[in-house]
Amino acid sequence: MSALRSYASTATRSQASRDKLRNNLRKALLIFLFVAPGMAIFLTFLLIPVLGSVRYSLYKWDGFGPLTNYVELANYERLYNHSVFRLAVQHSFMLMAMSITIQLPMALAIALLVGRGALPGSRIFRLLLFVPYVFSEPITAIIWLYVLHPQSGLANLTLDALLPGTNRVAWLGDRDIVLYSVFGVLTWKYFGFYMILYMAGLQGVNKDLEEAARVDGANWRQVLWKITLPLMGNTIRLTVFLSVLGSFQQFVTIWVLTQGGPVNGSEVLATYLYKYGIQRFNLGYGSAVAVVLFMITLVFSLGYQRLVMRQDYSAEVF
Amino acid sequence: MESTRTLKMLTPLLNERRLALLIRYAVLILLTVIVAGPVLTAVLGGMRTNGEFLSRPFDLPRQGIQWQHYTAVLKSSEFWQATRNSFVITAGITVLNVSLASLLAFVFSRVYFFGRGLLFNILSIGLLFPIVVAILPVFIQIRDLGLINSLWGVILPMVAFGLPGSVVILRSFFMAVPIELEDASYIDGCSTFGFFRYILLPLSRPALTAVATLQVIVGWNEYFLPLLVLNDPNKWPLPLGIMRYQGQYGTDWARVMAYVTILIVPALIFYVVAEKYIVTGLTGGELKG
Repeated sequence: MSALRSYASTATRSQASRDKLRNNLRKALLIFLFVAPGMAIFLTFLLIPVLGSVRYSLYKWDGFGPLTNYVELANYERLYNHSVFRLAVQHSFMLMAMSITIQLPMALAIALLVGRGALPGSRIFRLLLFVPYVFSEPITAIIWLYVLHPQSGLANLTLDALLPGTNRVAWLGDRDIVLYSVFGVLTWKYFGFYMILYMAGLQGVNKDLEEAARVDGANWRQVLWKITLPLMGNTIRLTVFLSVLGSFQQFVTIWVLTQGGPVNGSEVLATYLYKYGIQRFNLGYGSAVAVVLFMITLVFSLGYQRLVMRQDYSAEVF
Repeated sequence: MESTRTLKMLTPLLNERRLALLIRYAVLILLTVIVAGPVLTAVLGGMRTNGEFLSRPFDLPRQGIQWQHYTAVLKSSEFWQATRNSFVITAGITVLNVSLASLLAFVFSRVYFFGRGLLFNILSIGLLFPIVVAILPVFIQIRDLGLINSLWGVILPMVAFGLPGSVVILRSFFMAVPIELEDASYIDGCSTFGFFRYILLPLSRPALTAVATLQVIVGWNEYFLPLLVLNDPNKWPLPLGIMRYQGQYGTDWARVMAYVTILIVPALIFYVVAEKYIVTGLTGGELKG
């Protein structure tokens, strides 16, 4: 009798554990089916190539045949000594610096202008000012090629109307001003995006706090610097992050406008990579450029997230 | 007497307010002119002859609207081929991105298993590598897989680079769906997949639409990857197609501007219709219309 009972309980127990096993298997299968396709594409087309480029960068390789010509760090050495590469790095950093010091403050000022207080029609302005962001990069660049046309572009026409008698400016043909022209085009395209982000950030600012400060006798400048901007801190930190990363990724607009020219006057890291790595089929050398780009991106992203944006995450991604 | 004094005290205040308002409108109108000017020139450029452009850069089409520039583009088979390619690329990227991202986001937000955190962190690494930065190794991989000149060679890498961002957005949205809803669905006999398919996805429509809208824009506008991967001009999407017109006609600005106009009109319509979702997608739903 007792033997029978114990037999029965073993049976139910093994039945239960079999059910549990089956449930676990089913769950594992479900997880696999949900995760595998996405992760497979991600690994194949992003992570594995990115990691592989570190290896390619140590070889002299034209992209055909196996990797045999191991050159250690010669590609990096060549890179370091190439004056055009140094110029490209310098230009990328200049674009970044100008974005942070000109583009972002401008977008912030406009957001404060449009987003504060009841301004009739502000929605229309928001809609209009965001339009350039929706255009594709090649379309933006072609519109601006037309506007910056040296003989009969709108830019020179406007300049002539405002300051009669000035010489026509070769916006994209003069080595010394081409980078600023490029920056102007990039600003035209992207300030609306940052404006939208700032307006979103503004909505998170508690109006009562600003009102309280005003009642206590603070003038608008104090309210702005002591209340509004600090409360928008997380948005500002995010836009600086996006802007820096964005500056190092500029390719298409610059490529269509100038192809990095004239005489490397608007060469940036990505156009350099494309010209000297891909077009000339120096894939080993190009990989070294790519690795340098990764390092800049990686060091900045991780450093910035750890040091500056840490306070903005409740649950950190990294 | 009393009232005029109050009025006198109020007048400067009122004026100051009015002045501030005036300045705000002035700045906004100036900016709108700067934004609209180039676009308007381009649109007008397609309506005018090249001679008009060279003599008077910014003017109305005084010799009548030059419709032939538009009909030349719209009648060319290359344009319609490029439109087809753009549709295939955009649809492929959007469908794959949204479906794979929602599957991943579901597991990362709702199903617990060993190694989940690690897997999510690996995927998040992708956020650090925008496609422009990683273009060379990706190009080598596409070539090694024999996908050069195939639209898949554009679609699959774009999906890979778009996935991390979409998963992060959807995951946070899925996590906000109350757990009680999930428990209730299980009590009612729903399977895990059933909960995902019939409860979570319908509830997440706004987030899914926002993610899809951004992917449509990304796919429709992509230029760099097609430039590298698609050597055959018949495979080119619309953004590359402009290059063909530019090369073909050299400095035929009028025709290039007609092409540009034909491309920006649908983009503007899409923008006005989907503005809500674009803004939601970019700001994580913080900015409301």
